[in-house]
Amino acid sequence: MKARLMIAGALAALMLPATAQAHRQWMMPSSTTLSGTESWITVDAAVSNDLFYFEHVPMRTDGIVVTQPDGSTGKIENAATGKYRSTFDVHLTQPGTYRIGSATTNVMGSYMLNGKQERLPRGTTKDKLASVIPAGATDVQVAEASNRNEIFVTLGAPSTGIFKPTGSGIELVPVTHPNDLVSGEAATFQFLLDGKPAAGLKVTVIPGGIRYRDALGQMDLVADQDGKVAITWPQPGMYWLNASVGGGREGGEGGGPGGPGAPGAGAPGAAPAPRPARPAGPPQRRAAYVSTLEVLAP
Amino acid sequence: MQISYRLLLTGTAALGTMAVPAAAQTLNLTVGIPRLSVAEYHRPYVAIWVEKEGATPRTLSVWYDYDMKKGEGTKWLRDVRQWWRASGRTMSFPADGVTGATRAPGDNKISFVAGKGPLGALSPGNYTLIVEAAREVGGREVVRLPFAWPPKPGASVKAQGSAELGAVALNFSK
Repeated sequence: MKARLMIAGALAALMLPATAQAHRQWMMPSSTTLSGTESWITVDAAVSNDLFYFEHVPMRTDGIVVTQPDGSTGKIENAATGKYRSTFDVHLTQPGTYRIGSATTNVMGSYMLNGKQERLPRGTTKDKLASVIPAGATDVQVAEASNRNEIFVTLGAPSTGIFKPTGSGIELVPVTHPNDLVSGEAATFQFLLDGKPAAGLKVTVIPGGIRYRDALGQMDLVADQDGKVAITWPQPGMYWLNASVGGGREGGEGGGPGGPGAPGAGAPGAAPAPRPARPAGPPQRRAAYVSTLEVLAP
Repeated sequence: MQISYRLLLTGTAALGTMAVPAAAQTLNLTVGIPRLSVAEYHRPYVAIWVEKEGATPRTLSVWYDYDMKKGEGTKWLRDVRQWWRASGRTMSFPADGVTGATRAPGDNKISFVAGKGPLGALSPGNYTLIVEAAREVGGREVVRLPFAWPPKPGASVKAQGSAELGAVALNFSK
């Protein structure tokens, strides 16, 4: 029991830095639409309940990559991590749309060996899976989790060069450009899961400013068979967008494979549920996507 | 997708086919900028452009702090946000015949000649001339003046701003 709880904790820790249940990870750019020949933005990055208030833990900045409009890699500058949030700057020197974000893929899981449950070492990758599971291991449980958290900012006219899909995890492909959002207009985004249209993907959109209102104002959307969702923004402001498969997180399925109650999730205080024998098959797929989108007034 | 890769405004063909009038029509525009009693006043950034359904919007004039060092005045062009989205973001600055200095409160007159400069040639149809003002530490306002092209003799259009713009009037002459 204790081991299982530890594993559950370890699994949560292995996801996006603290994508624990009920906490939302986000990056908040100072601006998404910029003019001039060059400009700076600053970004706050945190994990919190309320959007967009830093009140829980900072988001780590070490995995954040800047992709410039021409596809080259930029850099974050002046990064600092405080008690509740991290902050960093990005110098925009090219016209077009920048991506600022992190994308990780981890394999996590556990197995039984000599009556003891062991978990896979941190940083295990899919191709190394065979080498980290010792001979004689039974009851192997593996999940592959791809997490992406990204924001977009545009200097001058929006461009689409950075949206070339990588084929890994959940990705956003613009039908409407994410830096061309106006309240009262419908925006359409296409989501891909591992490079294919994420049909049926559940997408959650929550307006910022939660602290000063009673209703969450959450919009729950389901991607059509092309992986597309249309969102009509009720008012200008910053919106948090989240989509996930597996893992039972906000925006994804409640329960189901990899969800609460799935192998390895053991509820505190509950008796260990009889574990169905699972062969070491292909890993369960878990993927999460987070973005912060700015919607301007018309 | 809202993105379109527009050509920089050249005044040709963007709004339709060339129409060569016998005598050039002139658009005479008066833009009222209100005198405001505020602690910190900065002259507004003002953008003037024309739109026609189905055609690329055409920027006629932009009044901003064009003479700051390193072009820093362009940093706030995006705050003239309807214009920025419609046209400004595809332009580069300073823009020939379009860039102008910010203007003081009062009635500011400016005219555009059909077939020349930023207005270029207009094909017949229904247009809207739009004036948008955005003021540092202040507000923003848009007024719209619909007009038909070619204009009827003596035609004029008026609109009244309520906060950042005063009376805006458009008439036509040859």
